[in-house]
Amino acid sequence: MSNLRQQMPPRFKMPSLGTILLIIAFVSLFYLGLRHADVTFDRLTSGIGNMFHFVSSAFPPDPSRISSISSAMYETFQIALVGTAIGVVLSLPIAVLASRNTSPNNFIRVATRGMVSTMRTIPDLIWALIFVISVGLGAFAGILTIIVDTIGFCARFFSERIEEVDKGPSQALESTGSSRLGVISGSVLPLGFASFVGTGLYAFEKSIRAAVVLGLVGAGGIGVELSTAFTLRRFDEALMIIILILVVVIAVEQLSSTIRKKII
Amino acid sequence: MNSITVNEVTKTFPDGTTALTNVSFTVNPGEGVVLLGHNGSGKSTLFKCISGFEKPTTGEIKYGDHDITTLSKRKFRPLRKKVGMVFQDFHLIYNLSVFQNVLFGAMGNSKTFVQTLAFCASDDMRMKAMECLDRVGLAHLAKRRADQLSGGQQQRVAIARMLMQDPEIVLADEPIASLDPRAGREVMELLWEIVRERKLTVVCILHQTEIALEYGERFIGLHSGKLVMDQIKGQVSKEELTTLYNKESTFESFQKAGATHE
Repeated sequence: MSNLRQQMPPRFKMPSLGTILLIIAFVSLFYLGLRHADVTFDRLTSGIGNMFHFVSSAFPPDPSRISSISSAMYETFQIALVGTAIGVVLSLPIAVLASRNTSPNNFIRVATRGMVSTMRTIPDLIWALIFVISVGLGAFAGILTIIVDTIGFCARFFSERIEEVDKGPSQALESTGSSRLGVISGSVLPLGFASFVGTGLYAFEKSIRAAVVLGLVGAGGIGVELSTAFTLRRFDEALMIIILILVVVIAVEQLSSTIRKKII
Repeated sequence: MNSITVNEVTKTFPDGTTALTNVSFTVNPGEGVVLLGHNGSGKSTLFKCISGFEKPTTGEIKYGDHDITTLSKRKFRPLRKKVGMVFQDFHLIYNLSVFQNVLFGAMGNSKTFVQTLAFCASDDMRMKAMECLDRVGLAHLAKRRADQLSGGQQQRVAIARMLMQDPEIVLADEPIASLDPRAGREVMELLWEIVRERKLTVVCILHQTEIALEYGERFIGLHSGKLVMDQIKGQVSKEELTTLYNKESTFESFQKAGATHE
């Protein structure tokens, strides 16, 4: 009986030193962060006042420049569509090179993986800045940004799907004496197809949201209109733009999720 | 090249388990060999070695005069073209059409895989695929998606794919284990009929002793990684085959030894 009592786990366990240090670090950084940003109740209340001012001067939204706003929105849509389509197509071979079961060798696999994570880790606004410097202001820089963004996202998920594809069908094709490329194109890619399309559509939804803000740094589309409206304090026009963005983004998301459900 | 020679094959896995110890036998051209043994007897490992998906630790495996254990993947490909395989779980590309699956059988024999895509393949090749499907009695289902078919039908499609390859050797890994008894018998009947009419060399893993006796011409039995039976039809009785399965596996005898020890 006393033996059992000795073996019984205690009610509470002392957390390890590492855990304690982690908690201390988190709490102090959190406190310093609050202090640094000067988060006070005062500023919050005056903030609500300013917000009310914005809302009251934004209503009713001003549709006078609707045609030029619409064409800017259309440009945003084009950036997202073209960029995502090219990005998805490029993602396929990249994902094949980056997957354990399809990559020709370890060096290429690690190198492509590294490239894809770099593309993903650097935020899209920074890519946009880089491309604006390289190819100049406008939609082209936006498209390049969306391509990079899409590859960073799609190549990773495509590769995950490729790695979990059932080995059997590939073995069946391999046993006919076919080349590696044949095995991959004949079994791995068709088996992953539904998932690739789903991921691609999701990437398109993501791209349209990303493309909206790209204009803020001059990479084309609606963003620049929004930025100008705010600088000129024309809040009613800004609201019109925001409403248009909302309508288009929701429409694209609805459309893409409908297609996705049909496919999967 | 339609004989298979297994010579002193031993397979030891990195974790130290020995799956095969000094297994040797020769399958003659046109011979129908049934490979038997319970789970863990090493027959799946042997099968993987014969089909080239695993390399034996020592020993050689030959198709005709070619030792396949020393070949690189690229050099092995031309030999593989002559070896058709049928798997327990069919291994079709389930979301493609039956027709496309059969066409893929010709992938090894085509210059590029593009020539086996349904919309690019030559008229002759498309016709041949239909003939292969007709041989297994499924020409009317060519347009269906593979996963819409029953298990027995899917295995027949896999046989048609194997035919499309024009093999000289057929390796079948428990071809009827995932099928109900009736569909299993039909598939077995069809497979053996085809193999006989084309005089193909066959190595087939089977668990059903009755069916094995009915179709096999030679019986090779494995137990604990060793060859314990190699007999031709007529020399072997159902009891002998059943005993092969009733022998204690190494794991069971190990457990018993442990139990008596305590």
